[in-house]
Amino acid sequence: MSHDYENSKKIALKTIIVLAVVTVIEVLIALSGKGYLFNGALEMPWYIMNTMMIGFSLYKAYLIVGEFMHLAHEVRSMAMSIVLPMVLLFWAIVAFMYEGKTWKDYREVIEVKDNLESENSIKTQGMLMTRETKQLNEN
Amino acid sequence: MAETITTAHDTHQDEKDLWTGAQSPFKSSYGKIMMWYFLISDAFTFAGFLIAYGALRASMPTWPLPDFVFRTFPGLDGHYPLLFVTLMTFVLLFSSFTMIRAVQEGHRENKNGVVFWMFLTVLGGAGFLGCQAWEWATLIGGEDMTVTVDPFGRHEAAGVYLDEAGHESDEVFVAGDSYLMHTLGHGGEHTSEGDTHSQAGDASHSDDTGGHAVTYEAAGDFPGAIVDDAGFIHRKYKVLEGPESGVIKSEEFGPRAFGALFFFITGFHGFHVLSGVVFLLIIMLNVAGGLYVKRKNGYEMVEKIGLYWHFVDLVWVFVFLVFYLI
Repeated sequence: MSHDYENSKKIALKTIIVLAVVTVIEVLIALSGKGYLFNGALEMPWYIMNTMMIGFSLYKAYLIVGEFMHLAHEVRSMAMSIVLPMVLLFWAIVAFMYEGKTWKDYREVIEVKDNLESENSIKTQGMLMTRETKQLNEN
Repeated sequence: MAETITTAHDTHQDEKDLWTGAQSPFKSSYGKIMMWYFLISDAFTFAGFLIAYGALRASMPTWPLPDFVFRTFPGLDGHYPLLFVTLMTFVLLFSSFTMIRAVQEGHRENKNGVVFWMFLTVLGGAGFLGCQAWEWATLIGGEDMTVTVDPFGRHEAAGVYLDEAGHESDEVFVAGDSYLMHTLGHGGEHTSEGDTHSQAGDASHSDDTGGHAVTYEAAGDFPGAIVDDAGFIHRKYKVLEGPESGVIKSEEFGPRAFGALFFFITGFHGFHVLSGVVFLLIIMLNVAGGLYVKRKNGYEMVEKIGLYWHFVDLVWVFVFLVFYLI
């Protein structure tokens, strides 16, 4: 029992140190990737940065859920009943981001079309105006 | 033959016992499993918020840059991107560690150990809430951000700011540079809030504060800026690239949804921390009063509030990711 206790104490300490180090790495990536640190020597494209940071965050989530919340040591069917809904939720977030991107693309298309239409309507208005002025002149 | 009958009978017996709750198929207590399923339902709520955040953010042409928005540090002048929020994260992470220590002391029925580590956890939670209160106060009081108004914007194309006479100044910016619109009440100096990333913006920043500081006093259309009725100073600039090259424009507000998403998501998380602190306090007092000694179940109540507390930490990992890192 006391051996178990010493062991779990060690695991908790190890987990928190790894979590802290990973958090520092994440912040360093966020700052150096945009060129704030090291005179911009480590600047990198946003997709590499974001993939790395999402990967590290998922690893942090695994450590918290698996070790701190002890789910890695529970019965497998219990762990699955909890992890599977979470995976679907994570997928939903990603899917809706793509949806948002589509809204943006459509909005841009509509903006272009609106501009074309307003140009056309200015022309028609101009024609109407000339017709009215013609009528006025005739009268 | 007789043997098979007995076996069948035994299996039947086992099944009956299982279905009437003789033992947990998950080898866990009812309380802990139900805490897990409550946390799943809570995760659905947070996921709903994050779905709204992701979809809205992806649908906007620009989004405020976190390194620009979150760069203040209490008691220090100047800009320290992400430093304060990293500190907040460490406070919460450390409180998660003290929580697991409390649970471990509970397993070996060490009452004083549980109280000690739970007390540290309460301190961590309260510290986190204090940090968040300061962050919100700075954003609302110092930078005029509200649920519907986002004064943090980003330029979509390169350009140059106009000075107070309406001429081009030496303050240039590139596409993606951030700005913060000031209000009349807050000094309203004509200072550049250029992205710290941009070297040129930085240089002109120091030039500008040292040189001419224009103070606007009322709403109106001035050569260098438009001051709206709410007192926000929209500085004018000339676009230097793209289809609108040469056009004089004025600074616009950032995406309207930013404030609502930020305050509701971090607020909802902060509310979880607050209720966590309250429940931690109640259970800590119960532990100190010896309530769980009689139960002889290894302080399972501490374990359950521990699950909740780690979940709050887990949510912060993702809030930190989407609001501050990306």
